[in-house]
Amino acid sequence: MTAVDENKQAVETVTLTIDGIETTVPKGTLIIRAAEEIGVDIPRFCDHPALEPAGACRQCLVDVAAPDREGNVRPFPKPQPSCTMTVMNGMVVNTQHTSESAKKAQEGVMELLLINHPLDCPICDKGGECPLQNQAMSHGRSETRFVDVKRVYEKPLALSSEVLLDRERCVLCQRCTRFSKEIAGDPFIDLQNRGAMQQIGTFNEDVLEFEGYEPLAASAEDESGRPFSSYYSGNTIQICPVGALTSAAYRFRSRPFDLTSSAGISEHDSSGSALRTDHRRGKILRRLADNDPVVNEEWLSDKDRFAFTWQNQADRLTRPLVRNEDGELVEASWPDALAAAAQGLKAAATPADEDTAAAGVGVLPGGRVTMEDAYAYGKFARAVLGTNDVDTRTRVASDEEQAFLGAKVAGTGIGVTFTDLEKAPAVLLVGFEPEDEGGVVFLRMFKSVGKQDVLTVAPFLSRGSEKLGATLIATAPGGEAEALGTLTSEQREALSVEGAVIVVGERVAGSAGALTAAVKLSEETGAGLAWIPRRAGERGAVEAGALPGLLPGGRSVADAGARAAVASAWGVESLPATEGRDAAAIVSAAIDGEIGALLVGGVTASDVPGLAEAVEAAPFVVSIEVRMSDVAANADVVLPVAPPSEKSGTFVNWEGRLRSFATAIRTQAVSDHRMLAMIARELGVELGTAVLEGATAELAALGADDSQRPAARAVAAGEQLTAEGDALVLATWHLLVDDGALQDGEPYLAGTGRTAVARVSAATAESLGVSSGSLVTVGEGDEPIELPVVVTDMVDGVVWIPTKSPGSWVVDSLGASAGDVVRVRGVAR
Amino acid sequence: MTERDEVWKVNRAKDGEDKPFESNLPKHGEIGQMLLPIAGFGITLRNFFKPTVTEQYPREPAKLEKRYHGRHQLNRYPDGLEKCIGCELCAWACPADAIYVEADSNEPDAQYSPGERYGRVYQINYLRCIFCGLCIEACPTRALTMTNDFELAGPTREGLIYEKDDLLAPLEDGMLAAPHPMVPGTTDNDYYRGDVLATAQSQVDWVKEHRPEDPTIETAQKAGSRG
Repeated sequence: MTAVDENKQAVETVTLTIDGIETTVPKGTLIIRAAEEIGVDIPRFCDHPALEPAGACRQCLVDVAAPDREGNVRPFPKPQPSCTMTVMNGMVVNTQHTSESAKKAQEGVMELLLINHPLDCPICDKGGECPLQNQAMSHGRSETRFVDVKRVYEKPLALSSEVLLDRERCVLCQRCTRFSKEIAGDPFIDLQNRGAMQQIGTFNEDVLEFEGYEPLAASAEDESGRPFSSYYSGNTIQICPVGALTSAAYRFRSRPFDLTSSAGISEHDSSGSALRTDHRRGKILRRLADNDPVVNEEWLSDKDRFAFTWQNQADRLTRPLVRNEDGELVEASWPDALAAAAQGLKAAATPADEDTAAAGVGVLPGGRVTMEDAYAYGKFARAVLGTNDVDTRTRVASDEEQAFLGAKVAGTGIGVTFTDLEKAPAVLLVGFEPEDEGGVVFLRMFKSVGKQDVLTVAPFLSRGSEKLGATLIATAPGGEAEALGTLTSEQREALSVEGAVIVVGERVAGSAGALTAAVKLSEETGAGLAWIPRRAGERGAVEAGALPGLLPGGRSVADAGARAAVASAWGVESLPATEGRDAAAIVSAAIDGEIGALLVGGVTASDVPGLAEAVEAAPFVVSIEVRMSDVAANADVVLPVAPPSEKSGTFVNWEGRLRSFATAIRTQAVSDHRMLAMIARELGVELGTAVLEGATAELAALGADDSQRPAARAVAAGEQLTAEGDALVLATWHLLVDDGALQDGEPYLAGTGRTAVARVSAATAESLGVSSGSLVTVGEGDEPIELPVVVTDMVDGVVWIPTKSPGSWVVDSLGASAGDVVRVRGVAR
Repeated sequence: MTERDEVWKVNRAKDGEDKPFESNLPKHGEIGQMLLPIAGFGITLRNFFKPTVTEQYPREPAKLEKRYHGRHQLNRYPDGLEKCIGCELCAWACPADAIYVEADSNEPDAQYSPGERYGRVYQINYLRCIFCGLCIEACPTRALTMTNDFELAGPTREGLIYEKDDLLAPLEDGMLAAPHPMVPGTTDNDYYRGDVLATAQSQVDWVKEHRPEDPTIETAQKAGSRG
């Protein structure tokens, strides 16, 4: 039905003449777009294809003549802005190329824009890539007639720790304010004042000359002490057509002609946003959004944009380290380090003493690996070490989830897409926060705000969900399965409309029966089902079989045919048949002394309960890391690998889309897949992943086989823990900007993060004897988490705290996860 | 097509002509013909009585025109702040890619140039520089000029990459070594217009407090008391 409508609209066209060239475009097209299509350029500042027309800068004035009621083509008395006027049949447009009056008008506008624009191009970051600079050269008067003193402001004004505003450079095009309102939904800046004093700014009493006036509850949702903040503010810097908005991290760092640009894919979330890495002499200076219409359009989250310094910190590993006889980690040669790693792993995999409990190797690649790296880890574990103990899910995970991933996710190709999510009439979010855990997923959904029913199964309505106009299905962690089973008939009806989508997050794995319930709901209503994990490598690892029960392509380890197929493809006799232990089981086995060695990739010890202890307890540990970490510091052999900017590979985003990226900066650092191939060679095995093409070709040849998938495991809803007194159910998730290891070394970005708070409902707060602003401790022991309380409209008996924000490292301090019971106490002042 | 053939034919015809060789040199009379072998000495004799053009370099200093394009210099304002703002326009203009600049932000406790931006790294590679002077034309603050120093030779390649310290103009009397704050009450525009003419006492005091050992305090102090 909709397809026919679209076709009808598509055929409705308008024919007009631009600069003497007749062109036919769809009805409703703006003149400036119609001109673009036939290659006529019109200067512009405020016009942006993704934003609503504003007509703010007046730079795109053209002469227009249009037919009147009698059909006589009559010229408009004055030049018209081509970015706000739509085309009509018989219209005659003359741009600056053919009309003297349009040219004169544009020159006049340019002269006005430049009146107060400072001539500080030499110290301006935009210099060299500035639309104002370029268009002043191409469309402006060659000489200035302005002799007076220019307007000056105090500069720069910090809109946030990341975004700086130089007001005197601003041409008031309002691209930033329109982006903030229309795309991000965070109207944290706006126009203030009138006339010559008009300027962009945050809410500022001094500028507005409002004495003693404060905004009414404007800062209610944001605890960072600012009226508004945004996870997407970096985009305003990129779309600013002058140098008014600049990045604090990039300020004065370089010039566009210094930079080499390389296309890349973000390593920060499972969206696989396309980005551009600008580097100089092997050092990344900034990252910008690339235009990818099917994924991130033209936008990036601030984390994707600004968090790149982690890989070049002082603790970056470049040489292999081996623990010597004195127990110290010392630099070693590559052959020695590889031999030591191989020897240790071999001794653990095939122990001399057959009765020892400490046998076998546990492999923890971490969730940030590329698909090829995950494949190499999986193959290394099974074909070289002879174990299925390999798991990338160093987070909350369950067997129910693994069966779900094998049955519904792995090898299914592109399922629900960004476009599907945007166009969906209804979206049900289960254990997933689009803004905090999805990044650009939120931007896509925000495009349909008002047109889309959003339901969210969560303990409270987060700021992101609130902006999406979501309806809260208030649920304490652990109660997701029950909540999905007891949707109202209206809600089920909404999900039955064609195109509706159910989104499950990775956190759902921690709630028994929730995935079963989501699959059931999807089957009953016909809604699409999308699994959106948080980290970039999760989907790729599922595809590549780096999970204990999954072989590449969603094949089940339990299926003898699947094992035989993979074994013959790999050229080995057989694959281990016993289903492996998952990450949590590997960690606890290591602590109990039931494992011979650990092979750990990019895993942060403070994110995984017990990992630090396991690394100390395990007899032999190989750490394959980019930087010195807690794991590497306690390992026996440390092998340095390349960060994403120094290698190539493929991330698989949550849609199932392959997001390949090439090496941005060439260095000596090698990828995980090559490192594993080198260790395997030491053990006399050709792993076949020494080069990227080897891994990709093997994966492609394996493909998926639907007959060998694991059966979906129906799990009954788990018992939901309830609060008793000051023992509350813990709800928690990662905020987008927090203390994650990939955000190290970027204080400007960290400053835009949200302050950690503990959220409880009014009734719970009363029973605890606390109120908004007072402090509570969460957890027991020596160092409980101490946070200010924010009384929130949410389920009773639940406390929400961020997972890894400053002052709130849940795993590290509490060792607990969502759904557990933690003790919450008020702190006496 | 035939044109070339025509030329060829004409040439062959000329080659065939039996014609004796004739020199183009002027013909002399008999006496002239006799003196010819020693006529060249005339020039030598004439130059006995002209001033010499041979320079006794390196025993005597080379004579250079004032506008000779020699080694670069990064200039300072009268109070000692650097003129360079790290804009990289010199690097952009350089046809030999000899200049490398990295800018940074001036901080309140480390102000090297007026305004917000200064050149943290400034290198000129004299193995590449062709002394064309386009960088001088590009410089918006007249920070970069050229001196008459042309003695740029060295035993290593690294040594011929001049760093900022090698290029900065020496501190004249009254100048205070950077970093130190701007003259109170002035903006960067005042510096660019040339309205800042001397070191202010407060700047001297600031350096005294932060770098009491700085040797430029004394001269700057004297100049300050004179002014």
